[in-house]
Amino acid sequence: MPKLIVDGKEIEVPAEFTLLQACEAAGAEIPRFCFHERLSIAGNCRMCLVELKGSPKPVASCAWAVRDCRPGPNGEPPVVNTKTAMVKKAREGVMEFLLINHPLDCPICDQGGECDLQDQAMAYGVDKSRYHENKRAVEDKYIGPLVKTIMTRCIHCTRCVRFTTEVAGVSELGAIGRGEDMEITTYLEQAMTSELQGNVIDLCPVGALTSKPYAFQARPWELNKTESIDVMDAAGSNIRVDTRGREVQRILPRLHEDVNEEWISDKTRFVWDGLRTQRLDRPYVRVSGKLQPATWAEAFAAIAAKVRATNAQRIGAIIGDLATTEEAFSLKKLMDAMGSPHLDCRQDGSVLHPKYGRASYLFNATIAGIEEADGLMIIGSNPRKEAPVINARIRKRWLRGDFKIGVIGEQADLTYQYAYLGAGADTLSTFTTHKPAQLKKQIWLIGQGALAREDGEAVLSMFAKSVQSVGGVVDGWNGFSVLHTAASRVGAFDVGAVPAAGGLTAKQMVQAKALDVLFLLGADEIEVENDAFVVYIGTHGDRGAHRADVILPAAAYTEKSGVFVNTEGRPQLAKRAAFAPGDAREDWAILRALSDVIGHKLPWDSLGVLRQEMFMAHPHLAMIDQIVPADASGLAALTALGGEAKKHAFKSPVTDFYLTNAIARASAVMAECSRLAAGRLPQAAE
Amino acid sequence: MLADKDRIFRNLYGLHDWGLKGAMQRGAWDGTKDIITKGRDWIINEMKASGLRGRGGAGFPTGLKWSFMPKESDGRPSYLVVNADESEPGTCKDREIMRHDPHLLIEGCLIAGFAMNAHVGYIYVRGEYIHERERLDAAIDQAYEAGLLGKNNKCGWDFDLYVHHGAGAYICGEETALLESLEGKKGMPRLKPPFPANMGLYGCPTTVNNVESIAVAPDILRRGASWFASFGRPNNAGTKLFCISGHVNTPCNVEEAMSIPFRELIEKHCGGIRGGWDNLLAVIPGGSSVPVVPAAQIVDTPMDFDALRELRSGLGTAAVIVMDKSTDIVRAIARISYFYKHESCGQCTPCREGTGWMWRVLTRMAEGRAQKKEIDLLLDVAGQVEGHTICALGDAAAWPVQGLIRHFRHEIEKRIDDYAANPHSESVLQAAE
Repeated sequence: MPKLIVDGKEIEVPAEFTLLQACEAAGAEIPRFCFHERLSIAGNCRMCLVELKGSPKPVASCAWAVRDCRPGPNGEPPVVNTKTAMVKKAREGVMEFLLINHPLDCPICDQGGECDLQDQAMAYGVDKSRYHENKRAVEDKYIGPLVKTIMTRCIHCTRCVRFTTEVAGVSELGAIGRGEDMEITTYLEQAMTSELQGNVIDLCPVGALTSKPYAFQARPWELNKTESIDVMDAAGSNIRVDTRGREVQRILPRLHEDVNEEWISDKTRFVWDGLRTQRLDRPYVRVSGKLQPATWAEAFAAIAAKVRATNAQRIGAIIGDLATTEEAFSLKKLMDAMGSPHLDCRQDGSVLHPKYGRASYLFNATIAGIEEADGLMIIGSNPRKEAPVINARIRKRWLRGDFKIGVIGEQADLTYQYAYLGAGADTLSTFTTHKPAQLKKQIWLIGQGALAREDGEAVLSMFAKSVQSVGGVVDGWNGFSVLHTAASRVGAFDVGAVPAAGGLTAKQMVQAKALDVLFLLGADEIEVENDAFVVYIGTHGDRGAHRADVILPAAAYTEKSGVFVNTEGRPQLAKRAAFAPGDAREDWAILRALSDVIGHKLPWDSLGVLRQEMFMAHPHLAMIDQIVPADASGLAALTALGGEAKKHAFKSPVTDFYLTNAIARASAVMAECSRLAAGRLPQAAE
Repeated sequence: MLADKDRIFRNLYGLHDWGLKGAMQRGAWDGTKDIITKGRDWIINEMKASGLRGRGGAGFPTGLKWSFMPKESDGRPSYLVVNADESEPGTCKDREIMRHDPHLLIEGCLIAGFAMNAHVGYIYVRGEYIHERERLDAAIDQAYEAGLLGKNNKCGWDFDLYVHHGAGAYICGEETALLESLEGKKGMPRLKPPFPANMGLYGCPTTVNNVESIAVAPDILRRGASWFASFGRPNNAGTKLFCISGHVNTPCNVEEAMSIPFRELIEKHCGGIRGGWDNLLAVIPGGSSVPVVPAAQIVDTPMDFDALRELRSGLGTAAVIVMDKSTDIVRAIARISYFYKHESCGQCTPCREGTGWMWRVLTRMAEGRAQKKEIDLLLDVAGQVEGHTICALGDAAAWPVQGLIRHFRHEIEKRIDDYAANPHSESVLQAAE
């Protein structure tokens, strides 16, 4: 590795390092605006200038590679200085230029307190202005309902342009005009269509792009920050929930290289206004056809009366998409205690089942593994809608080249090119006898669009056969990958929250005359068609609550702590950021209280004990943030399933990305996005 | 004075036939095959020996530039790109070459292409040069018809030449911005390194040369490096097209030997300064981007790269802008400053923000509506732009301002004093009662 002298300190760094990285390795701090690790290098802010001995001008350290440095005349290592008068002058100069046309509106700017320009002006700027001309003013642009623009503040670092083009894969932001008239905008001020557009808010080093729903809500220093896990999809994005008082004010991404890097989808970021509306804040009991407010005691009494009068074989429970693993575990224990086999977490009707082994329902290739892969087959899934951050990862791998992608299912715009092979099972069947592919690390991604159907087992079997015949599972690589859409699903599978012997599936439970009592643990995506007595434990007045006979108000994902296992089988701990409104309680506590009332008291009095019990029963869940690789040998059982697959096309279960769960459906922002995406919202042209 | 026999551009004024026939009569396409037979190394050595320095402004030795191209292809093709985006204010030499002697350029492209192992060449013509483009296209068609270009041509080197026209942006004359524009992107300069000889057009090795540098190559190779090197002072060899504009009696384009003293250049070709030599105020010797030189310093200076550099100016494109004492020098530089503000691409901070600042301050100074301390402020701002940008446009915007303050500070101060001394320069508003 080449040697380099940074501020008199000799270091050894890889030749492909930039000077900026090398300087940081040597402990020197380099200010920057345009440079971002995950975006291409623009080198346009000129804030990172350093002195390179032998170069007459200061060089932009973000764009200058160590290998581009020439050694001294006698082979001495190149010398870089970051603290000389020349560098200081250069930084002050650039800072002054950035500030001359930047408005002095920090007091009314939402970026205030977390603004790169503010911070760096303090560190590297001068204390007074020499600019006496008129400042430039730029008209604000409409770029959608999520991102607010105050374009006068823009410093033209082009991070947003590079993000949308490179990561999000939609060339919707760009710069028009040149020189000081350059302006960042979308074409004709249309709204951006990316599901990842909110990330430009984080990327913007100044207050030019800020969050529209969060505008003027709070200052960063007033907020309590809680590190948590997202439940909008099954990717398990790491998030930070910012609260003030009881209310969630905003949600930001947290760095996790193996999951979401530092991106989150718009649904994850902007769903928080749905946490305030349509909330169930007290129990309700249906009296003569109408839901009436009740006390907890009344609600429990109503349930107890009904349950005690009912045979356990006529009682069922469905776990919704946002439940924690602890809740699934509790409910499973409760149903077992009651002696009912009717418990299911697959309200979409998926055929996945833990009996085929853990490998049969995980994204075994792992999200980070996408970057190692050399081929990808997407079956019955639209990852762009089902898990936008995973889709961004696929695009990242695709951009690097030598990555073959095939799609069987919907022919959607996935932001990368792929070979479209067919729509349904017929195409998939051609791979069951396919000869092994030349690729070493293939990913075979199957979505619920192919599995949540009546012939799902046949498709799953066909899929397993295909993966095996083309060599998707080899030593040291398991390319059998299931993309889930529900955050609770893998955790629920892990604790065995599926019908026991003789039990009904979720789809069967809701059919006419199937059951007499049905517990819905936040299950809103399923229509209860029978006349069962429905107990809904949940957060929002959504489909489940409307059908309920008793409503027990519960806590949303930001209001409780719990383990969520993402689609790759990574258990992650979500933490409580706020309290549930009114009389609502955390779900585990409701289940515990309910168990007492119906005479099958669960053996724990705190979440800690419950969690310990769960960890004892399922030790891999205790390994927070670690993936325990699943044994691939179980996949052979799938190939034996057989069955006849139907001809109709695979269809992604996510028809409207913005409205996939009760929280999102309660959000005004998501509703606006949904209308916009469907072309039903007239855009302001002004 | 350069003898007629030593002129390379024998149809500079368009008095003769521009076409292939006329060009051949004047010696173009003569022995091209023989030159190519002599081989790549011979051509590059000859170009080096001739001492030809790039005619686009920076004055980088052309032979050396050609030698940077990879000798062996690593699988990527090499490209020759000719920079005909002649937009520097004051410069009008490439236009004459393309209009009246296009075959010199085309032949040069073929030879240069051979020397750098390129089978494809692009000529990027300035958007405003419509007739030049048509003429060039017609000349290329003639060359194809005559079997001088294309596959299996008479010259023995397969070569295709394309003309691309820009959309009219000064910045596209910067070589990497030109490549971006040629690729169909926004004309914004690239970061260097990597240099175009390594990663240029479409990521392939590319050499970008000025029209004049390419057009003189065939004659240099035909007549020998020593012939070309015999003109001018050492390190400033050859003949050069000068574009003299401004306050001379007969402004003109003329081919002259390098290092011709300024006085001789003006006397012989331009009929002297308007109003006599005493009336000369200052000269911008190399296009708008180089610093102005006051009369006393320039009159006996040899017009070449090194001598003008000693005056802290430059030969640039040899676009000599002569200004007599009727010139409002502050306003003139303010206008140049406006040009750079207008043409800044906006990519990097110092140029985007600094050019506008300099122009605004200068505009006020041209009226005198400024403080004297702002002169030093202006100089400081120019210094903050210079050398801190991605491309040389920042430098080009800063130099004229620095030149003005270096030589005409007294003029600005006088302007400010006059303005301050005249209390009625603006009508006094009466207070409404």
